[in-house]
Amino acid sequence: MPFGLPVIDAALPSGGLALGALHEAWGAGPQVEHGTAVSLLAAWLLARVPGEVVWVMQQRDLYPPALAAVGLPPERVLFVHTRNPKLVLLVMEEGLRHAGLAGVVGELSGPLSLTASRRLQLAAEMSGVTAFLVRRSRRFDDPVLAQPSAAATRWRVASVPSAPPLPDSPDTPGLGPPRWRLDLLRCRGGEPHSWTLEAFDATGRCRVVPDLGDRPAAPERRPTAA
Amino acid sequence: MAVAAADQAALTLGIRPGLALAQARAMVPGLLVAEADPKGDAAALERLAAWCLRYTPLTAADPPDGIWLDITGCAHLFGGEQGLLADLLDRLGHSGAQARAAIADTPGAAHAVARFGADAATVVAPGAQERTIAPLPVGALRLPEEMVTALRRLGLDRVAQLAQVPRAPLQRRFGRHTLLRLDQAAGRVFEPIRPALPEEAVVHRLAFVEPLLTAEAFVQCIDALLVPVCAKLEAAGQGARRLDLIFERIDGSVQAVRIGTAAPSRHAAHLGRLLEERLDEVDPDPGVEAMQLCVSLAEPIANRQGTASLDDSASSEADIAALVDRIENRLGAGSVWRAVAVESEMPERAVATVAPIMRTPVASWPPGLPRPVRLLDPPQPVEAMALLPDNPPVAFTWRRRRHRVRRADGPERIHGEWWRRSAEEEAVRDYFAVEDEDGVRFWLFRRGDGVDRATGDLRWFLHGLF
Repeated sequence: MPFGLPVIDAALPSGGLALGALHEAWGAGPQVEHGTAVSLLAAWLLARVPGEVVWVMQQRDLYPPALAAVGLPPERVLFVHTRNPKLVLLVMEEGLRHAGLAGVVGELSGPLSLTASRRLQLAAEMSGVTAFLVRRSRRFDDPVLAQPSAAATRWRVASVPSAPPLPDSPDTPGLGPPRWRLDLLRCRGGEPHSWTLEAFDATGRCRVVPDLGDRPAAPERRPTAA
Repeated sequence: MAVAAADQAALTLGIRPGLALAQARAMVPGLLVAEADPKGDAAALERLAAWCLRYTPLTAADPPDGIWLDITGCAHLFGGEQGLLADLLDRLGHSGAQARAAIADTPGAAHAVARFGADAATVVAPGAQERTIAPLPVGALRLPEEMVTALRRLGLDRVAQLAQVPRAPLQRRFGRHTLLRLDQAAGRVFEPIRPALPEEAVVHRLAFVEPLLTAEAFVQCIDALLVPVCAKLEAAGQGARRLDLIFERIDGSVQAVRIGTAAPSRHAAHLGRLLEERLDEVDPDPGVEAMQLCVSLAEPIANRQGTASLDDSASSEADIAALVDRIENRLGAGSVWRAVAVESEMPERAVATVAPIMRTPVASWPPGLPRPVRLLDPPQPVEAMALLPDNPPVAFTWRRRRHRVRRADGPERIHGEWWRRSAEEEAVRDYFAVEDEDGVRFWLFRRGDGVDRATGDLRWFLHGLF
């Protein structure tokens, strides 16, 4: 599942995010609670894989028009709601056994055990369906996010101040495309990296902002064992 | 000649059952009278009991005026007990039948509360049946008329008073029946109801030589029952939308599990898996002597299952239906849905949810407008500073955190939909997408256009996050 962004794809061992694997991601700072950029990235990546997407959430706050705007129309998404975090994982696993799907996105608040992440990773490997786990928490710096997991890649996505909409006239008011710092914290068979991404201009494309990009990410607070 | 029954309109005019017909006619000239037809009433009640099979496989008519529904394990298909009750009364009401209903742990308590409770629809909390029926009159206990009169004569008007009387003298004076009804209502004595089964449904029954108790045995029996049932469905060109598995226990009581499917299916492995996931709801003790599988709702399906299908979309459609069934079987109905676009200016109304198998894109959202990933419901009030009328806020405070606005887009003016609510006739919201100094983006709106007070009170709200 290539990003279509050569700088990022080159840093990932399979030339993109591995299909049939578990990818874990969360926001940074106040955005851990809502996981907005992370959800958009997952939708944007899955939009290019044929098949339907199962989206499991614990809060019914996702706004489908935003997914449609990055190319994932509502008729391709099955939304599932359950408050129970255990059932989120169970539904994800059920979806991952379903070879015809494009992917499964789960929004999870609270801890994820190593066993639970292994089960998801195994189910994804068996069927070839890709799983995204959007970790959410009301705490900015939740320690459960640093716990080891069996995910193939782990990401942190933070908003950073965006550039002026018209590069030549910095005083023009208005919003250009948002900028996100993408930290690849862990990658099986690859190295951690950081990029700054300018996401989703009017045509739904992304670009890597070169001057800041492609330097190693700050190491994770606790090294992951898995 | 006397009045046998009266409808609500007649009751408010003072016509009560038992009144002499001549007197009733004198009270209300032009009273509409029809001859009582007990047989017809009983038949109609049976038909209504069969109609109630939509809710549970275990329904039974309770002449003259009641219907039993054993909804054990079925309520989740209707969004819980409250949801089932509301749906039942709503449908009956639309068909012109006035009804009262109650859900309780025991048939006796449900019977009493449905007839003597304060509300037309009551859900008695688990274990609360004794407390709930205590203030009801003794007539609520399904006792013969003369016994109720005799109890009244002793000053025993309420169920609570009856429950306090020592049991031995009560039994000597009134017989076992009174105590039995009291114990049945309280749940100390089990009371089976005799279920009615639909006539034309596909049914298969397996009786056992030895009573069965283990889940493994039940799984085998489910497979054995599904083979003939699926064959019958295939012959009829139909698939099951609802399946009831009924366990007949050796103590004469019945237990049932019910599964629903999103699309008609006669795929034995799929249906078997759904049924097996629900086996833990069954209490087989002291043993099950027969099992019955009943298709209580079937719908036609195209005859292509089992043959090699070249049509990928049809097979993936069936796959998705199976996935939806498995998820809903675990989480309950309504936990899986699809979103559809609705043509509405109001962001919170622009999305509707539909059943997961329906897929008819009717509208699409206008492209190019900024829409947040998370929509807060309801919008959260924020403190904001802004120049009127058209400027975005300079800063705002949300959850005691101050955000300084670095960049902003807007306003996008959204007018109230006066055809939905008259209060929205002049209402205006001005939406701004703003970015704070950390690069986090928010979707804020101000009530009112900033010029005319009638359009809104100028308060600011956070409606979503990008």
